[in-house]
Amino acid sequence: MAHDHHPTGIKRWLFTTNHKDIGTMYLWFSFIMFLIGGLLALGIRLELFQPGLQFWDPNFFNSLTTLHGLIMVFGAVMPAFVGLANWLVPMQIGAPDMALPRMNNFSFWILPFAFTLLLLSLVPQLFPDGPPNFGWTFYAPLSTKYGPASTDFFIFGVHLMGISSIMGAINVIVTVINMRAPGMTLMKMPMFVWTWLITAFLLIMVMPVLAGAVTMMLTDRHFGTSFFDAAGGGDPVMFQHIFWFFGHPEVYIMILPAFGIASHIIPTFSRKPLFGYASMVYATASIAFLSFIVWAHHMFTVGMPVAGELYFMIATMIIAVPTGVKIFNWVATMWKGSITFETPMLFALAFVVLFTLGGVSGVMLAMTPVDKQYHDTYFVVAHFHYVLFPGAIFGTIAAVYYWLPKWTGNMYNEFWGKIHFWWSIIAVNITFFPMHFSGLAGMQRRVPDYNMMFEGFNQLSSIGAFMLGFGQLIFLWILIDCIKGGKGKATDRVWEGAEGLEFTHLPSPAPYHSFEKAPEVK
Amino acid sequence: MSLLKRVMSGLVLFVSLFMGSLWAAEPEYSTLNLRPGVTDNSQAVFDLHMEVVWIMFAVAGLVFAAILYAVIRYRKSNNPTPATFSHSTTMEIIWTVIPMLILIYLTKPAISLLLDMEDTSKSDMTVQVTGIQWKWRYKYLDEDIEFVSSLSTPASEYEDYDRTGTEKNPNYLLEVDNELVLPIGKKIRFLITADDVIHSWWVPDFAVKMDAIPGFINETWTKINEPGVYRGVCAELCGRLHGFMPIVVRAVTQEEYDQWIEQKLAEKAEAERLAAEAAAKSWSMDDLMALGKEVYDAKCALCHQPNGEGLGAFPALKGSKVATVDSVDDHARMVIFGLNAMPKFGQELTDAELAAVVTYERNAWGNDTGETLQPGRVAELKAGN
Repeated sequence: MAHDHHPTGIKRWLFTTNHKDIGTMYLWFSFIMFLIGGLLALGIRLELFQPGLQFWDPNFFNSLTTLHGLIMVFGAVMPAFVGLANWLVPMQIGAPDMALPRMNNFSFWILPFAFTLLLLSLVPQLFPDGPPNFGWTFYAPLSTKYGPASTDFFIFGVHLMGISSIMGAINVIVTVINMRAPGMTLMKMPMFVWTWLITAFLLIMVMPVLAGAVTMMLTDRHFGTSFFDAAGGGDPVMFQHIFWFFGHPEVYIMILPAFGIASHIIPTFSRKPLFGYASMVYATASIAFLSFIVWAHHMFTVGMPVAGELYFMIATMIIAVPTGVKIFNWVATMWKGSITFETPMLFALAFVVLFTLGGVSGVMLAMTPVDKQYHDTYFVVAHFHYVLFPGAIFGTIAAVYYWLPKWTGNMYNEFWGKIHFWWSIIAVNITFFPMHFSGLAGMQRRVPDYNMMFEGFNQLSSIGAFMLGFGQLIFLWILIDCIKGGKGKATDRVWEGAEGLEFTHLPSPAPYHSFEKAPEVK
Repeated sequence: MSLLKRVMSGLVLFVSLFMGSLWAAEPEYSTLNLRPGVTDNSQAVFDLHMEVVWIMFAVAGLVFAAILYAVIRYRKSNNPTPATFSHSTTMEIIWTVIPMLILIYLTKPAISLLLDMEDTSKSDMTVQVTGIQWKWRYKYLDEDIEFVSSLSTPASEYEDYDRTGTEKNPNYLLEVDNELVLPIGKKIRFLITADDVIHSWWVPDFAVKMDAIPGFINETWTKINEPGVYRGVCAELCGRLHGFMPIVVRAVTQEEYDQWIEQKLAEKAEAERLAAEAAAKSWSMDDLMALGKEVYDAKCALCHQPNGEGLGAFPALKGSKVATVDSVDDHARMVIFGLNAMPKFGQELTDAELAAVVTYERNAWGNDTGETLQPGRVAELKAGN
């Protein structure tokens, strides 16, 4: 343990180049952002509890939806996955650390600044006309010509987040390509590493596109260009094409690592190898490829030529095939297994079931003629929250429960873990299932008020949202309790059926430098 | 209603879905499902929607049944020794091909329906729809009739900041001052555009949703089968009052439509005569202030606030440069032609109304410039003098 010397106190965290320390900071940062984004969501649900404007001016309501979306996407889900990659990729491929440790430190420490810029917009003394209020999709010209002054802070914030993501992605790619243990060929890599490698390529390809979009916004706002203004020869619809060329792969950036997580947890607790490993890899790669050629299915009402609508409809529906393969493979993994239901498995199972629900509503949304009814209604809100909350976030929570004993060396409190699970799964469905109905019945997105016919479902959603939000404090307590010692020491293997280098070759807790000597993989 | 009762009624509603409320999708508004609507296309969309709903229920049901079976049958207590298989090419092919076949089956009706929905040719009449923050302007291109349609629900019904509850009428937030009147049985083409930001014109009963994009014109169409009143909303986030710009279409028989057109044309001629009269006469300060307050409260107060103090991004007029220091003409030009986020009111308001509102803004809330603007001067400004 001679190499364990490192600064202590605040300096340890400021100057660390250790993948575990950086992973920990990413995960805590993401948890804080998750709580802030959740608080904003509760502000939304508070106003929507009943018809009429009770709490917020409609402008501030729009800011709530905007900041909720931006913070959850860029602040909670993405950093959580980067945190997991930092912790797990070196351990899973038999490496001592990430390949580019100083850049790793930099890519994390950009984030607090990026989100400070974004959240400063909430200070009325700085920005009397309020925070960004044009939705997380920031369509021009609402965000350009009509955007509040804080839009510029938002633009710089997004730039910083993008730089951070690109550096994180480069680090994952370089690490995975160069630092695998001898014998670990690509087709022997753990699924989490595979899904993250593919995610990293998606990030590298689309984050610059987002940076381009916000830069064009900036020059439209201040330097007299007209990229998105028809009066100067530009086109507002071009903004949407550029945004969704980033935005659709982004959707998969937020789900592929969760696919990888489920592909570890389900085999472990089924005590049976993952079914169809090769097809899982190919399905992930196909989904990633398809994600680049379907973006305009978010834009079926902008007046595209009918040929374009047909193409984007058919291409989008094809995604259901590889996604279906993944779900069937998980079910086949459980088939004839010997299954137990510890907290990570419960969250992984909920992930499969509820992600399937989000998937089938996705097929419905892909069909252009009917999408003209669904588009921009609460049906869409229900759809993407089903793939994001029980998808991306349950996936992350499952991963934390699964690897926490390996990280801390302690077992978490299983009893409270199960309470956390049952509380969350009930609340998440009360929150988001009714949105399918209010959307179909005609309630549009992003409105602070609605006709009485939508009242029942909105009240249910609001009650569910408060349950779901406060329920996550249980998770916070379990984490702190586990770090302080939890229910005693974890074994090196942690779980009876656990496979992978981090469980078979490393003690619990894992040493500061994961593998000082590369293990041999057969 | 007490909170507990509300929670209970919500839960009952929620459970009722599982009792098969999807079937209850008859013409009365369903609060659970799409509406079949009143056009051939909206019915076709509804049928396709129901078909895909059932297929997706079946697919999800099969997956869930398999998971449930595995969770019970293969739990450790029931199956202590796990199998060791890890792939099966046959199964992989089966569950790749079957979803493909289902998708192909779904694509076919979707394609033909979409081609029909996008075919705007051979229309009988054309209405231009313009989205404006936060109202709609309708222009009957064949009749030279044009009017603005905005929310008629009074603020007293939706502003409930003291949280005491307000009385709301059944069409709360889904009612307008001027309905769009359309004949049944005619293929009506809509040309959709916007003045400021992107809006989206959505009438669920027609299965028509089309974005209104500034600087571009989108086309769509409908052919209404049944007379009635159909309500829709703006579907694309368009700023502060996005949730407050509904659409109301009144579909009537051809005879009633012809009568309505005649009446509208007569009203228009009368309004033009009155406006000309008003423009010709010289208005007193009191008259301008009285009319100006009316116009201001209806058109300006939404953003600049009734007390003229503005709100957030919307600048104050009380004591402002525009309303006290700048010349009357510059002030009037801003109202007539708009500037950046400020919409142009030159088309929507008559010369007298414009003169009155500018006068009001320059003399209300202690602005007291004592200056008036006459309708005659407004006409000159409009003409660019």
